[in-house]
Amino acid sequence: MAKRILSFTLNGKRHDGVVPDNMLLLDYLRERLMMTGTKTGCDGGECGLCTVLVDGTPKLSCLTLACSVEGKTVETIESLERDGRLAAIQEGFHLKLGSQCGYCTPGYIMAAEGLLRRNADPSIDEIRAALGSNICRCTGYVKIIEAVQYASVRLRGLKAAA
Amino acid sequence: MDALHEFDVIRPKTVAEMLAARKAHPASRLIGGGTDILVNIRRGIEKPPVLIETNEVSELRTIAADANEIVVGASVKLAELAQHAAVKARYPAIAEAADSIAGPTHRNMGTVGGNICLDTRCIFYNQSEWWRGANAHCLKTVGQMCHVAPKSKGVCFATFSGDLAPAFLLYGGEIDLAGPDGARTVALRDFYIGYSKQDGSTGDGRNYMAIKPGEIVLRVRARNVPGLVSAYDKIRIRKSIEYPVAGVAAAVKRAGATLADLRVAFTGTNPRAVLLDGTAALCGKPFSDATLAALDDLCRDQLMSMKTTFTPGTYRRRVATVMAKRLVRRLWDTAA
Ligand SMILES: Cc1cc2nc3c(=O)[nH]c(=O)nc-3n(C[C@H](O)[C@H](O)[C@H](O)COP(=O)(O)OP(=O)(O)OC[C@H]3O[C@@H](n4cnc5c(N)ncnc54)[C@H](O)[C@@H]3O)c2cc1C
Ligand code: SF4
Ligand code: FES
Ligand code: FES
Repeated sequence: MAKRILSFTLNGKRHDGVVPDNMLLLDYLRERLMMTGTKTGCDGGECGLCTVLVDGTPKLSCLTLACSVEGKTVETIESLERDGRLAAIQEGFHLKLGSQCGYCTPGYIMAAEGLLRRNADPSIDEIRAALGSNICRCTGYVKIIEAVQYASVRLRGLKAAA
Repeated sequence: MDALHEFDVIRPKTVAEMLAARKAHPASRLIGGGTDILVNIRRGIEKPPVLIETNEVSELRTIAADANEIVVGASVKLAELAQHAAVKARYPAIAEAADSIAGPTHRNMGTVGGNICLDTRCIFYNQSEWWRGANAHCLKTVGQMCHVAPKSKGVCFATFSGDLAPAFLLYGGEIDLAGPDGARTVALRDFYIGYSKQDGSTGDGRNYMAIKPGEIVLRVRARNVPGLVSAYDKIRIRKSIEYPVAGVAAAVKRAGATLADLRVAFTGTNPRAVLLDGTAALCGKPFSDATLAALDDLCRDQLMSMKTTFTPGTYRRRVATVMAKRLVRRLWDTAA
């Protein structure tokens, strides 16, 4: 079976590796690179736990072949904190209790991060729509929406101040 | 996680390379977003030796939508189609259907080609290997019987559930195909051959597309009709992320009090996308409750829902009919 050299930008750094053609991006991240922040929750496409950003767009890493991110930019939950400081969206989930058991949280955060980059000031409906591929069994969703609103306010505040 | 079966991936950049790869590997399958086929592969339903990826073929990544025609490449992402300004303005049913598919992350991945060729679905089929094995499999894979209709005599009733097909059917949709025997264009109506009782088709839920071995969908196209207004509606078990329990696309043209044109198409009801026959006979007359009653009859006759999902077949058919009548009424009321 074919293997190939895979080069892409992972969390801001160039990454080179060898990957078999039949490997999912999710498994490459979790089992090869031991980056276990990205979670797996279903047998294919139903929960959104595995969401990562590919070229800035939310994608399900459980339905993405690792070899298909050649030359692209991949960002995972591990990319968000900077020097021990939480990103706005992480802080939102923390302070607004958007996370209970936490298992769905990395997927939500990456989907929300994708939204906030496109639309810094989303309405509640836009937040709901953008998080529609993700499932949470704990929070009842209200707290997740508040977490995204918090991050939106903080990001815009920071931008205005800068 | 269990490893996937062994396969090679080919990532062509042009249609010519894609066709060459297909020719060199007759048992290959195409993969766009993978949101259908990778799920099937993970569940052990399919084990293709080679996957040919369509995403890097830039010539299939374009959308053209003017007042006369819409042409959409097979590698276009659903999110791109849903957000395209000219599609939204001129072909609203198509944009609305695209926007209703799965969830937002899926729409960033799923392609138009993958949606047109979407595998048919059934609760006895879209399951893990051990689930299906514990149930002695079924006709759509390696089993001997159909669990939905045990007396089906070899017919599979798995349901076609792609949302784009009914929307394109409203506008006389066509598909450009290319394969070992050259290129051809097929009417979308003739492309879906999944069995439905009144049309005498040879296909069923297993054999649901008139696609020849080695053929590739290049583009989907459709023609506009001046004055036609359209919309899409759908019901699903979870509104934010799910295949349709039933989906309906409708288009209406109004000339004063007269219904000048009426087209209605469905997904999620039969092993094929259904363009309702007989709507032309309701046109050329004033729109009234009788029009909707006649529409109800056409639906009852042509929608053939079986219990391939969590809801009973009768519910599926009834809800599809109700949605169709509501949508047609709304389009009539809003049409100029
Ligand atoms: C949770 C969930 C919910 C979903 N809900 C919906 C829904 O509501 N409505 C809906 O319609 N779909 C739904 N889907 C399915 C899917 O996301 C979309 O239909 C999508 O458009 C499929 O496209 P893809 O590129 O991902 O297909 P793929 O999985 O890449 O391909 C699907 C099939 O098409 C074939 N194919 C792909 N491209 C071509 C081509 N160019 N020529 C010939 N054959 C080709 C493949 O070989 C394969 O058999 C859902 C999926 C999931 C996981
Ligand atoms: S309709 Fe019958 S044969 Fe077809 S997938 Fe379902 S159980 Fe299997
Ligand atoms: S692991 Fe559930 S959608 Fe990817
Ligand atoms: S916090 Fe537990 S599943 Fe979402």
